[in-house]
Amino acid sequence: MPNFIDRRLNPKDKSLGNRRRFLKRAREELKRTIKEQVRTGKIGDVDAEHRVPMPERDTSEPTFQPSRTSGQRQYVLPGNKEFMPGDRLPKPKAEGGGGGSGAGTGESEDDFRFVLSREEVLDLFFEDLELPDMVKLSLKEAVSFKPRRSGFATSGSPNNINVGRTMRNSYGRRLALHRPKRKEIEALTEEIARLEAEPDQTAARQRLEMLRSELEKLERKRRRIPYVDPVDIRFNRFEPQPLPNANAVMFCLMDVSSSMGEREKDLAKRFFVLLHLFLKRRYERIDIVFIRHTHEAGEVDEETFFYSTQSGGTVVSTALEEMQSIILDRYPSREWNIYAAQASDGDNIAGDSERCAALLDEELMQLCQYYAYVEIIDERETEIFGATDNGTSLWRAYRSVGETWPNFQMTRIAKPAEIYPVFRKLFARQAASRVRD
Amino acid sequence: MAVNTRTNPGLLFHGSDWNFETISRVYDAIEEIALDELKLDIYPNQLEIISSEQMLDAYSSVGMPLMYQHWSFGKRFVFEENLYRKGRRGLAYELVINSNPCITYLMEENTMAMQALVTAHAAFGHNHFFKNNYLFRQWTDASAILSYLEFAKKYIASCEERYGTAAVEAILDSAHALMDQGVFRYRRPPRLSSEKERERVRERLEYEEQTYSDLWRTLPTSPEANPSEAEAEVSERKRLLKLPEENLLYFLEKNSLILQPWQRELLRIVRVVAQYFYPQRQTKVMNEGCATFVHYTIMNRLYDQGRIDEGAMLEILQSHTNVVFQPDFDDPRFPGINPYALGFALMQDIQRISTEPTAEDRDWFPEIAGSGDWREILLDAWENHRDESFILQYLSPALIRKFRLFVLSDEAKEPYCQVASIHNERGYEAVRAALSRSYDIAANQPDIQVVDVDLLGNRHLHLQHNVKNGILLDEENREATMRHVRHLWGYDVVLSGVDAENGGRLYESSTRKS
Repeated sequence: MPNFIDRRLNPKDKSLGNRRRFLKRAREELKRTIKEQVRTGKIGDVDAEHRVPMPERDTSEPTFQPSRTSGQRQYVLPGNKEFMPGDRLPKPKAEGGGGGSGAGTGESEDDFRFVLSREEVLDLFFEDLELPDMVKLSLKEAVSFKPRRSGFATSGSPNNINVGRTMRNSYGRRLALHRPKRKEIEALTEEIARLEAEPDQTAARQRLEMLRSELEKLERKRRRIPYVDPVDIRFNRFEPQPLPNANAVMFCLMDVSSSMGEREKDLAKRFFVLLHLFLKRRYERIDIVFIRHTHEAGEVDEETFFYSTQSGGTVVSTALEEMQSIILDRYPSREWNIYAAQASDGDNIAGDSERCAALLDEELMQLCQYYAYVEIIDERETEIFGATDNGTSLWRAYRSVGETWPNFQMTRIAKPAEIYPVFRKLFARQAASRVRD
Repeated sequence: MAVNTRTNPGLLFHGSDWNFETISRVYDAIEEIALDELKLDIYPNQLEIISSEQMLDAYSSVGMPLMYQHWSFGKRFVFEENLYRKGRRGLAYELVINSNPCITYLMEENTMAMQALVTAHAAFGHNHFFKNNYLFRQWTDASAILSYLEFAKKYIASCEERYGTAAVEAILDSAHALMDQGVFRYRRPPRLSSEKERERVRERLEYEEQTYSDLWRTLPTSPEANPSEAEAEVSERKRLLKLPEENLLYFLEKNSLILQPWQRELLRIVRVVAQYFYPQRQTKVMNEGCATFVHYTIMNRLYDQGRIDEGAMLEILQSHTNVVFQPDFDDPRFPGINPYALGFALMQDIQRISTEPTAEDRDWFPEIAGSGDWREILLDAWENHRDESFILQYLSPALIRKFRLFVLSDEAKEPYCQVASIHNERGYEAVRAALSRSYDIAANQPDIQVVDVDLLGNRHLHLQHNVKNGILLDEENREATMRHVRHLWGYDVVLSGVDAENGGRLYESSTRKS
């Protein structure tokens, strides 16, 4: 007799630790891949699983291997059809060997890609943004669900049993199967008792026996057909439904004049991604509107937004006007939560900055939940500007807006780690409201 | 044979569903045949039911139920999982561990017929082979492996806690790179107690005294070899370190100049694991052949007894056929010679030779042809052979013809391969020898040994690669692996390639930056 062990209920993911170690090992390369995918992909796609190629560096496992390009070998192969000793076969071009061992594995490992879960992707993405842990956690958290009643199910936990429905089924089944009622049995027992009590047993004997056997039959049937059978039981079914969230629209405004180079756009993109991740946590549906501007502004798709260049001067207020008209047109502020993120290098045509500030102050800030402005500067410039309030005309003009409107945030960034402070207030508020819930 | 299976009382099971009761019933029926008819001798069995995810987990930890943690297992898991999810590769139906009791994993998805097949295959076929084959008996300790791995896992986890994951990982990486060079090929792993050790030293001294002959001293010295002191010193220190040493991991563990005790213990763990798997790699054909032959015989016997029905038998035969399928060399599916197919064919051929031999068989195998007792012959072969010797002994011309085997010789310099031998009268012996050689692990792996180290001088570690048939090492891998050796040794490492035939020096490589 062998020893049987059912291991199926053992904890799963025995190799999770190994996977973590592996990802940590390949971290640098994976980070580069993710960065590249963020750069080239869509903003909304960051928050999903990613397919990545098997990292090469740091994860090779060298051993002493015979080289394929030297020496004499002999292969034994099955399935000879026409060869005679002395026949010569040309070798395949790429590989040195005649196809003996393991030719297939080398190729498949090259184009081998595997899936990183959403969590793992975000971890890699957050790495150099220096988000506080609590913010990371809340960004990684999935949308919250609330169970809602929806019909009945045949399985469930005992506390969800729907008694009414269960009893209805039980009643129907009992009727259909002719389960003897208690009254019938009681009547029989009574009659038997009455007959037994009668003095003249002989006359009633036959009847008594018949009654007894009938009683026994009924009782047997009653036992066989239970009052409540597992097939009767119904449970209340609950379906998880996402908590009703209002819609949000996110405006991405960017200066695309020639002064915005590859690095600036990459930083701007990370800034937009972060805002998008945040909104995705809070709102069920998010529209993203991309507005780019030079001396004139236009709404474009994501591809054009990040990748096509346009020449011209810089008039920032055109973008704000465009945004305003889109809001009036499609996103009434009563129904939509409006978020805006603007990235620029701070250049603006003389005299326009004041107009921008006025536009924001008087119109847009009343419509927007939040407005974030980042000025992307050269790393060398950080030293010059530092914490001073000097700066471009746009910066100076926006500073006055920031003073009057608490939901207006602005900062200068030169590297990814500096993006987060712009959002600090946003996340702080979210944490607070979470506590309130 | 129109048996109405539904009413057949002898039937062990019906349909494809299984439960513990049926498996246990089938197990008993199989056991009866295995022990009484085939005379198998097995470790007690432990059958464990696992899910497909757990099977994947087991894959990535080299098939052991317990394993220490390392990123390379994570990499393997990601790889296996990907193949499986894409449907490129199915999972094994079972996994069996050479331990006492012998643990067999059965997949929960298997049908009852498959569970029966797998039980016969693993719990009896492999189990018998593990318990009886001389390689396993000499080199592995089935009853101790699980507790050893448990110790290893705990020990490595505690090292990680104390010294940090990175430090542990660095040592394990280097040790893994040398795993192939971490086994004793020619002698048993030293497991002697210190008492015995002393005794051995005494014996050796005695022997030297007994065989001492003053005459040797008087021999004239060879021309320039004035046995200088330096040379004597070299041979003395080689003797002290017991050089040359084929087991690099063992040498580094004992003699490395920089390793901490815990790091030596890690090397030892990797070495023990490598050594544990070494017999398996040398007996792949025999092991699978034995298991396949056993399940085939037992399942047919059960069917003949009317204990499994036609439906189940068809399913069993279908999966048996898949397992022993050997595509031709020009088939796109050709992955090399299928060890199941070759092993099974060899065993069946022995059965055929002993029961209905042809004249040719009588010529080639006079001692077994027609003896009729194939069970004895097989039991003996399973016990006393490894792949290389088994093929050399039992591959018959009939089988060479059946597989249409041919030998292709490949000279790396030439733009073509040449057909050396085919399945004809002149070729049989050559094909057999070549096939047997291709299963000789020791001959096919680079032979690298520690030959010298000057502990009082520059402390360079000298390795020697005995180059056979002119097959050199892949340079990129060689350099990377040398860096790992250096990491464990602590000083520079020199590897020189020497032609095994004529002693000519082919290359030299060093970790020292010039």
